[in-house]
Amino acid sequence: MELDVATPSLDARGRVTRAPLGVAHPGDPDDEFGAEPMLVNLGPQHPATHGVLRLVVELEGERVIRCIPHIGYLHSGFEKLGEYRHYNQIIPLTDRTDYLSPMANNVAFALAAEKLMGIEVTERCKVLRVIACEMSRIISHLVWLGTTGIDLGAFTPFLWSFQERERIYNLQESWTGARLTTSLTRVGGMMADVPAGFEAGLRAFCSSFPKTLDEVDTMFTRNAIWCGRTQDVGAMSREDAINYSLSGPMLRASGVDYDVRKDTPYLDYETYDFDVPVGEHGDIYDRYRVRLEEMYQSNRILEQALDRLARLEGAPLNVADPRVILPPKSRAMSDMEAMIFHFKQVMEGVPAPAGEVYLAVENPKGELGTYLVSDGTAKPVRWRIRPPSFINLACLSKLCEGALLSDVIAINASVDIVMGEIDR
Amino acid sequence: MGLIETPNAGAESAELAGVSPNFITTKLDFLANWARSNSLWPMPFGTACCAIEFMATAASRFDISRFGMERMSFSPRQADVLICAGRLPFKLAPIIRRVWDQMPQPKWAISMGACASTGGIFDTYTMVQGIDTIIPVDVYVPGCPPRPEGLMYGIMLLQKKIKGETLSDRTLRQEHLVDDRGFFLPPEKIDEISEPFGNSVHQTRSA
Amino acid sequence: MTVGPVGAVSGVGEVGGVSTAALSDRFGSAILRQAVICGDSIVWVDASRAHEILAWLRDTPGQQFDYLTDVTAVDYRDPERPLEVVYQLRSLPRNAQLRIKIPLDKTKPLVVDSVWDLWKGADWLEREVFDMFGVSFAGHPDLRRILMWETYAEGHPLRKDFPLRGHFTRAEQTRQALASNPEAHYSLEELSIAEAYDELPEDMRRRMAKGERGFVK
Repeated sequence: MELDVATPSLDARGRVTRAPLGVAHPGDPDDEFGAEPMLVNLGPQHPATHGVLRLVVELEGERVIRCIPHIGYLHSGFEKLGEYRHYNQIIPLTDRTDYLSPMANNVAFALAAEKLMGIEVTERCKVLRVIACEMSRIISHLVWLGTTGIDLGAFTPFLWSFQERERIYNLQESWTGARLTTSLTRVGGMMADVPAGFEAGLRAFCSSFPKTLDEVDTMFTRNAIWCGRTQDVGAMSREDAINYSLSGPMLRASGVDYDVRKDTPYLDYETYDFDVPVGEHGDIYDRYRVRLEEMYQSNRILEQALDRLARLEGAPLNVADPRVILPPKSRAMSDMEAMIFHFKQVMEGVPAPAGEVYLAVENPKGELGTYLVSDGTAKPVRWRIRPPSFINLACLSKLCEGALLSDVIAINASVDIVMGEIDR
Repeated sequence: MGLIETPNAGAESAELAGVSPNFITTKLDFLANWARSNSLWPMPFGTACCAIEFMATAASRFDISRFGMERMSFSPRQADVLICAGRLPFKLAPIIRRVWDQMPQPKWAISMGACASTGGIFDTYTMVQGIDTIIPVDVYVPGCPPRPEGLMYGIMLLQKKIKGETLSDRTLRQEHLVDDRGFFLPPEKIDEISEPFGNSVHQTRSA
Repeated sequence: MTVGPVGAVSGVGEVGGVSTAALSDRFGSAILRQAVICGDSIVWVDASRAHEILAWLRDTPGQQFDYLTDVTAVDYRDPERPLEVVYQLRSLPRNAQLRIKIPLDKTKPLVVDSVWDLWKGADWLEREVFDMFGVSFAGHPDLRRILMWETYAEGHPLRKDFPLRGHFTRAEQTRQALASNPEAHYSLEELSIAEAYDELPEDMRRRMAKGERGFVK
């Protein structure tokens, strides 16, 4: 077996070229050592598997013949648990599936429940939900950036990205009281309005965040080592990407222009001015470029949403329906009807009409779908999460064929998985 | 090790071992405990959301490096404290057991979060109702997820616990293995601590 | 309470539109029922011709459902109702969505044809439906449990006759979990590719094949 050894360098256009160093002969394949393929088990406890993922890799020397992912090590029974909870009681469960972008999951579930019940939320609520979704997109992509950098050997951007995440966490904490498990939405509205100082804080973040992204861009985008390790590695063709049901940046990096926010818009996304980056080669580098650009675009959407929020000062937040939204606590203690509404909502839950919905949103990882089936009671018959990471991860065995072992780590990082969502 | 019955644990064992505490042993203990508690290399057994808060604790704002814990030891052979950050399903139970068995003494375990401590909100068919049914736990950190300050408080409690140890107490460094019947805790104990309590089961009154 | 249906969240122009009319023309009695619920088009089809219908939906120029969004199943609380396998389809070129449901009689074996040959994305999705509901997919390359461990004995969790906390006691579940040998979680495919399999000691091979009933020493 001959190995073509080359060193990566950049040409004038910024694409990687390989300057050959010569041909290496790693040994006679007929000798005893190195003749048989080796079965290596990565995980489930492993620093680079991004959670409890187990990869069984069949290796011929350094080259992968087959890579088989095993999941289920974080299966918690979310969907079963949801069948025993009211719709508002399921919102805290949604925080814990994709725990890197909890507010986006809260919004996704609330939208599905509202579609099932036929509720239209207020303008202010929609703008706040867009803010929540885009903040979640930024924090999820920042985790991806930091951990992928670590996997490929670049430690410092991990600290930068977590520092930026702390600024978003401060805002999340001032709004919901929790850094991570936000439980932000309720069916028909939100848990609370944004506090004083939130808008100023978010504006300050939006004005300084692009500078951090520019630093990351300087660090990585034209870096020969980064390009050498990510370009033409783990490439997925356009047709395969569609056939494997990929979504999100994985799909867009392969050249498919599908973004739920543009194609089946929700929360008035069609009225916001933003671009969707689409890649070309479908390799790790393109996925990196797509996610980096998505962070810039999320910043852009956040600024527009803040402008709208300023115009909607004093507008109602929740739907004005006492059967769906809890009355203010002061009234619940003094007014009979308010007390009855409070009692019925808390003790019995809000019933949804019999029927079913499927609602897709563009989560940072891909298309997060919520499929809810109701039989007319306050608890769903079936709560199905269509998990983008689960479906994106299924193509890992295809992506890793013929790659080197260290590429397996890089490809796994580029899929951007979160095991809570995969295993539910 | 609250749930494990260790006979002869505590101060009596020092006498039973034939060494009564004196100036030399207490100074040696102080030195050993000081060294151990200030350089605990964590084995981050991070599974779910708590792992993200653990990563935030390790990052620059909360900086676990001030406790000497910045060197994450993903190999159990070189680790001192296993921090189980996140929920533990039954499928993962033999793995955490094996990782714990692979850690050499002295070793401690921190159960971070409600799910690792008691099963949390997941009283379901898949979830271990507390990792103390699988491995012996020293410090429980409640929260869902605990704030980084909460985890650091738990670490400081562990440091305090370590500082109260003594080298002559052999029972502290005793391995608690899975017994022949395949149990770490007796089955009655597991059922007793896994009982639903309060209104964890009757969350709703509707049909 | 209803203020009005929430605006266009399923495909544009798909509400009771092209796909559903063409389907009943082409497949006649295999189409059991059609409906539009909360703005989504849903078609119930017979299991025997489901694969043919799904292939037609993917390949016909006017349909072009090239993207399989989701495969799942629903077990209703009412024991009289059949278990339904649900396929959520999307047409990327036409920007349209469709839901196909296959009702299965719970008194008979639950088998449908796999659509893995049509959409590779169905691989893990069908494995999950098998794991959680016990529906077998004929023609699937590797139908084994995906979320629970392969020799999981308690049943299929998302069925309505499966209690939330499982059938066994906590102590028994813990014991079974601790007794399982992590090596046993290799699939037979993986074991066969390991060249050294034949050289493994006999008791280790037996332990690996046996799976869950061994003891951790």
